[in-house]
Amino acid sequence: MKHSHRFLPRITASLLSACMLLLAANAAFAAQPASSIPAAKLVQPADWAAKVKDGTAARTLTLHVGFRTMFDQAHIPGSEYAGPGNTGAGLQVLRDRVANLAKDAPILIYCGCCPWERCPNMAAAHDALVALGFTNVRAMIIKENFGTDWVDKGYPTAKAQ
Amino acid sequence: MRALLILVAALVVSAGGPAVAMKVGDVVPDFTRTDLAGKDVRLSGYRGKLVLLNFWATWCPPCREELPVFSRWQKDLQARGLQVIGLSMDDDVAEVKKFLAQYPVSFPIAMGGAKFAEQLGGVLGVPLTYLIDAQGRVVARYQGEADLKKMEAKVKELLGAK
Repeated sequence: MKHSHRFLPRITASLLSACMLLLAANAAFAAQPASSIPAAKLVQPADWAAKVKDGTAARTLTLHVGFRTMFDQAHIPGSEYAGPGNTGAGLQVLRDRVANLAKDAPILIYCGCCPWERCPNMAAAHDALVALGFTNVRAMIIKENFGTDWVDKGYPTAKAQ
Repeated sequence: MRALLILVAALVVSAGGPAVAMKVGDVVPDFTRTDLAGKDVRLSGYRGKLVLLNFWATWCPPCREELPVFSRWQKDLQARGLQVIGLSMDDDVAEVKKFLAQYPVSFPIAMGGAKFAEQLGGVLGVPLTYLIDAQGRVVARYQGEADLKKMEAKVKELLGAK
């Protein structure tokens, strides 16, 4: 009985440590909702479509951080595929793409795979860029999906060759 | 000459815009896909039934919520003429197999893919669900997070009318 009392604090401490590790691991992998991206960084599709049309969007590196099957069917002209943001491999593609850019380079990310509140990619991609020190990152808010909020509106669209 | 033809073909392809979404009344183009169990799934093989064609993906939270519901409908309503077909828009079939091993469903699931999706009007966001009548025509289209109660009512209404 004495033995169990002596080991109790140690066991409790070990259990607490294990729980904290699990929580930390969970936090690392849990997808933040897209709504966690600050409102000041959000760009409306209509506003960006106007910039694509007048050519000023070309000054910004536009990255699709969603899924390849979606990008191949339709994407913003001039944008590049760098995803998906919900996987470690996808985030590495994103990190590699921006590795040589100045930290104040303008970057726009977008997805549109699912409704905005349920998108698994946007917040992860945004947070990865911020963690790398990029200070001029914006995110296109696509409320329903890329088809409804971009293609169906008649905005400029390209597809994979 | 061959190079010129390839160039012209490439220009034609690059000039093409995204696929135009199927709408109510359209006849769905027939297709055959091999499902994850290795069996052929041919749309026209289900003529005479009400087909619920669901585009989904493992990474899509609302899709993951819909799948068990569609699975239940397949069990409960197949005798009345419902057939659910799932088409995954995942990039990686291994992810889909892993997911279905954990969360099995009662209907066939095949991989979608960009080119195939374009043949059916494009899938530029999931979930996307079509109800297709006994003659192979679209009778309802649900893009995004659907109201499953309303969809179920529509399915039952169409099964009753069949």
